[in-house]
Amino acid sequence: MTANPPLLEIRGLRVDYGAGPDAVHAVVDADLVLRRGEVLGLAGESGSGKSTLAYAAIRLLRAPGMITGGEVLYYPEPGRPVDLLSLDEAELRGLRWSQIAVVLQSAMNALNPVLTIGAQLTDVLQAHETGMNPAARRARAAELLSMVGITADRLGSYPFELSGGMRQRVMIAMALALEPQIVILDEPTTALDVVTQREILEELTALRERLGFAVLFITHDLSLLVEIADSIAVMYAGRLVERAGAEELFRSPRHPYTLGLLNSFPALHGPRRYMTGIPGSPPDLRMLPVGCVFHPRCQFAMDRCREKSPPLEQPGAAALLRGGAPPEPPGIAGPAKPASGGPRVAGQWPDGSGRLVACWLQDGSAKPPPELALPEAGAARGGQPDGTLPVRAAGTDDPSLAPSIAAPDPGSQS
Amino acid sequence: MTQPAAGTVAPGTGSPLLEARGLTKHFPVRRSSLKGRARLGRRGRGSEPAGPVVVHAVEDVSLSLPESGITAVVGESGSGKSTLARLLARLITPTSGQLLLDGTQTAATSHGRREYARDVQLVLQDPFSSLNPVHNVRYHLARPLKIHGLGGQGASMEEAMTGLLERVSLTPAAQFLDKYPHELSGGQRQRVAIARALAVRPRVLLADEPVSMLDVSIRLGVLNLLGDLRERDRLGILYITHDIASARYLADVIMVMYAGQVVETGPAGLVTDEPAHPYTQLLLSAAPDPDREEPLSLQGRGAPPSLVAPPSGCRFHPRCPHAMAVCAETTPPETEVADGHRSACWLHATGLTGTQARPLTRAAGPDGQPASSIAEGGEET
Repeated sequence: MTANPPLLEIRGLRVDYGAGPDAVHAVVDADLVLRRGEVLGLAGESGSGKSTLAYAAIRLLRAPGMITGGEVLYYPEPGRPVDLLSLDEAELRGLRWSQIAVVLQSAMNALNPVLTIGAQLTDVLQAHETGMNPAARRARAAELLSMVGITADRLGSYPFELSGGMRQRVMIAMALALEPQIVILDEPTTALDVVTQREILEELTALRERLGFAVLFITHDLSLLVEIADSIAVMYAGRLVERAGAEELFRSPRHPYTLGLLNSFPALHGPRRYMTGIPGSPPDLRMLPVGCVFHPRCQFAMDRCREKSPPLEQPGAAALLRGGAPPEPPGIAGPAKPASGGPRVAGQWPDGSGRLVACWLQDGSAKPPPELALPEAGAARGGQPDGTLPVRAAGTDDPSLAPSIAAPDPGSQS
Repeated sequence: MTQPAAGTVAPGTGSPLLEARGLTKHFPVRRSSLKGRARLGRRGRGSEPAGPVVVHAVEDVSLSLPESGITAVVGESGSGKSTLARLLARLITPTSGQLLLDGTQTAATSHGRREYARDVQLVLQDPFSSLNPVHNVRYHLARPLKIHGLGGQGASMEEAMTGLLERVSLTPAAQFLDKYPHELSGGQRQRVAIARALAVRPRVLLADEPVSMLDVSIRLGVLNLLGDLRERDRLGILYITHDIASARYLADVIMVMYAGQVVETGPAGLVTDEPAHPYTQLLLSAAPDPDREEPLSLQGRGAPPSLVAPPSGCRFHPRCPHAMAVCAETTPPETEVADGHRSACWLHATGLTGTQARPLTRAAGPDGQPASSIAEGGEET
């Protein structure tokens, strides 16, 4: 399977809030590639910089946010990049919405409460498709609504007359109005009920297959991302700490933070077991720890982690430079589940470069702990043959807590 | 590593701490807005009930919280789960039904309410708004202690407050006492809110979506704290959530609510592994699940109904892929599908006639498939 050509390439992007010595570095040296027709997931906790990264890349960042470095290349056609960071407002206006559209986080606030849905949909067309007459705009607006499963008689409705799910659907219809190449979805389903969320995701998948746009999907819900994304990048405290194919990331996470995130979602199947999540809380970006930003919460932290920040690179790359053990070939993964629909490249970062991880455990100088190592053939994540999460004893693990979930309590059984 | 036996605490055994019998809450709809009335009338298919217009928020809910047991209430927004928590906390008065603490009904006087609050405490969803931003942690913890005459004076009060913070793992406690809510992270705030609830040494904790506003990496910490309180202090806990996976993780018993009614109750493992009610099946099919083996198929669509004029019969029938004629007419009785596992669904009832069991014909919608495999023994007469 050859990788699709890139559509949006972010290189070394840096974003600060504020200036001078008090500046908060919200995004540090971010590298990302979104390919044609791909769903790229950007996962992280609140404050990890995932929305800032996306908004900076398309120049929607508001003051005091400032881009302080890097480049963002958009490829309207393969091989002809446009640097979005060097465009002026008029040029940007030509690209926004028609080429790159955004579905904002809160549909409740993103729609204008005093205008009907129809007026807001036709407004987009009026601004960008100057050749259209009012009747054609109205017809197109109705067509867009029906695309997301809303009947045309809703064109006259105001946002408050629609449910949360319908409002989110209207937002998606608006984003698709000009058939963009890239749709950025910023937590599109976070405020919705689980059934509505699933319906909207199904509709999005169907629309994507039909219209062929690429998606940058921003969410804190890694379990959801594993299901719908082709590849996933994980952010922590403004840095990308790991990126890999979705299946590969889920089956064999290589960064302790990714492992911790995956261990934060109780499973719906199998035996119930005690889980610890990630101890501590996300750092304050104004007072970041020295060295790897994750080390205060990391159960595997070593002396080196407290001194120097690890680069984002292929696992084992440093060892190759030193003439040590060869790095693993790119794209090796455990047995992947059969891809269900869509062009998912199981277990491989679609640009063929394999995964990247920013962790000293993975530089090849020593064998990583089994939870963060490549699975043996036939084994699944963390070397557990049954494919379930490995149970770890984290630093805060208090054995007195364990029986409450891990074992039946003889005292209260009758 | 062992699988908890179906329900670590067998539901309904032992004497319940807090028991609700047939709790019902109807909220009146104000008639001040004529336009609003007209809209309600339109939705209600023109046939307005003669009586006052009400929202049927909670309808005939019975439950019992045993000591050292966790019961989870799972449902979508609008299912009435938060109203249930407020009823159980006696913040609102039920339209009908009984609330028994240790088997007795407490008086509706202010004294009775204070006595009740000492035993039953509520923790709210959003720690950003449930703590007062202009007061520090010390104030939040001292208030319940003073109101209920606990904690004593001076040094002993200080000791009581640090003890509370230590119980919710906010250490070193002395450092946290003088902090203001904005100086704490979301997880720490929620721990303060839990510590405040624990100040009066309650026996029942009602936790209304305690982790849904928190970051994923710290949710488990708060869930484990609840598990720990159950274990060490033998608290009876009601855990309200929309996340069925976390209910499976934490609770002994899961109660699934839909449109104000309980549709399924049972040991947590059984409810999630062998869901008996089509709504529970829908919830499970929609939940994010990276381990899902078969391709995803959503078991039903649509949104919960208006509770001003809820659907006749089973309230889930307009969305149910298995709906039969009887479902649109009569509310299904609660049927025991396994030991301690009950479901209010006609598919599990016996003795339906052929006409009752024929697939429901619907005006719109592509489904209406015949009652399928889960209707074991449903149609024989």
